[in-house]
Amino acid sequence: MTVARFWRKIPQRYNLEGTKCTTCGRHFFPPRTFCPDCRRNGKIAVHKFAGFGTIVTYTVIQTEPDHFSSPGPYVLAIIKLDEGPQMTTQIICDPKEAKIGMRVKSVFRKIATDGESGIIHYGTKFVPGE
Amino acid sequence: MRDVAVIGIGCTRFGEHWNRSFRDLFVEAGALALEDAKLSGEKIDAMYVGNMSAGRFIEQEHIGALIADYAGMATRHIPATRVEAACASGGLAFRQAVIAVASGMEDIVVAAGVEKMTDVEPGASTDALTGAADREWEGFVGATFPGLYAMIATDYMHKYHMTREQLAQVAVKNHYNGARNPIAQFPQEITLDTVLKSTMVAEPLRLFDCSPITDGAAAVIVAPLDRAREFTDTPIKVLATAQASDTIALHDRRDISTLDASVAAGQRAFKMAKLTNKDINMVEVHDCFSIAEICAIEDLGFCRKGTAGKFTADGETAIGGKIPVNTSGGLKACGHPVGATGIKQVCEIVQQLRGDAGRRQVENAKIGMTHNVGGTGATVAVHILGRV
Repeated sequence: MTVARFWRKIPQRYNLEGTKCTTCGRHFFPPRTFCPDCRRNGKIAVHKFAGFGTIVTYTVIQTEPDHFSSPGPYVLAIIKLDEGPQMTTQIICDPKEAKIGMRVKSVFRKIATDGESGIIHYGTKFVPGE
Repeated sequence: MRDVAVIGIGCTRFGEHWNRSFRDLFVEAGALALEDAKLSGEKIDAMYVGNMSAGRFIEQEHIGALIADYAGMATRHIPATRVEAACASGGLAFRQAVIAVASGMEDIVVAAGVEKMTDVEPGASTDALTGAADREWEGFVGATFPGLYAMIATDYMHKYHMTREQLAQVAVKNHYNGARNPIAQFPQEITLDTVLKSTMVAEPLRLFDCSPITDGAAAVIVAPLDRAREFTDTPIKVLATAQASDTIALHDRRDISTLDASVAAGQRAFKMAKLTNKDINMVEVHDCFSIAEICAIEDLGFCRKGTAGKFTADGETAIGGKIPVNTSGGLKACGHPVGATGIKQVCEIVQQLRGDAGRRQVENAKIGMTHNVGGTGATVAVHILGRV
């Protein structure tokens, strides 16, 4: 990944900065610049998410992709943020501990490295807790 | 719209073709299809080719022209178009060919699919496949394809209490069928234990829940139905072509373990054909993972939501059951050369309808269906084919 491609999404990846349609009140994370409900009547504003959510579904990845920072198996989950939208994320916990309905909160973590000399990708993961 | 028929089919053996290139594979499939239709290349008006990622797999783009060229069509300058929708590329290529003939724009059209996946390291092929999902918001955070389907499986098993053994029966059944298919990559029967003791990939999915990395190509030739008997004694009519889309990311779906695009494409296809699922004698569904077949047979209406595990374990999806599913061995046992899969599904149904399916023949097969999924369900193509 080029530096620019990573850099332009830093507010979203580091700080859970999504968007919100001020016409209908629907929140978007990952961010959208077009509201699928209001279409051209939608007005999109930046919205910083609080970083709390609930596990909707999960898996434990045993064969990790290249360049990812997790040592060994890691929990991958779809979580529902308290503001409404769902996102895919890693959960930092004992894989045996993960379960549907578990409350999680956001933390800032290393995600992956772009090869030996490439940039380090930081972003948001979640840990159990309120 | 004109009625359209399949007049020829051809498929390479699926597998790891270390000694054969991308070009070798599609030329073989095309030649087999032409031979089957007793057709010479000069009659071809246009070509559509499904291919997901030649750019990543063999660093080659511009696949439409390449295929036309190596199929000997360069001097005839026929239109040749690549179609891409990840794992549904083949299904969409077939649909484009059908539309071209139905519209009256073209007469004799080739729909092909090809993927050469083993010319890169396994890590690189896995990464290329991740591009079928949302790279920015799924792949970037550590989602792999098995991981995404595993999350569908977790959700499904939580809601409907399907057992791990029931899920494994999908792979056992598909290997049984694959062992009767001469083109299958893994023509070996397996037991429940083979699945349950295989390496864990992404919980709850194990290695034998996952379709393999495969090289292969397939081609079919379509023509107006009223001309089909010039070429074949057994034309197979295209009764419906349908396509649907959904959110690129799994996390944005209405329901994690329902592929709404499968539901929509299935309903559109039944409506177009004026048929219901009870009229279908066998179906090729997109079992990239065992859980995908479970969802597919429910989403297409062959059994009620939440019951596909028991339905499968009871043998209803086996040859001889209520609705034979994946008589080819499916993606699991026959193999999954991504862009070729949707075309191979059509080849299998045509073989069944002609009564040419040998040891995996469904008795008295009159109407068959194909179901081809891109990504985790962001694109679905469904076709219904019938004997004339």
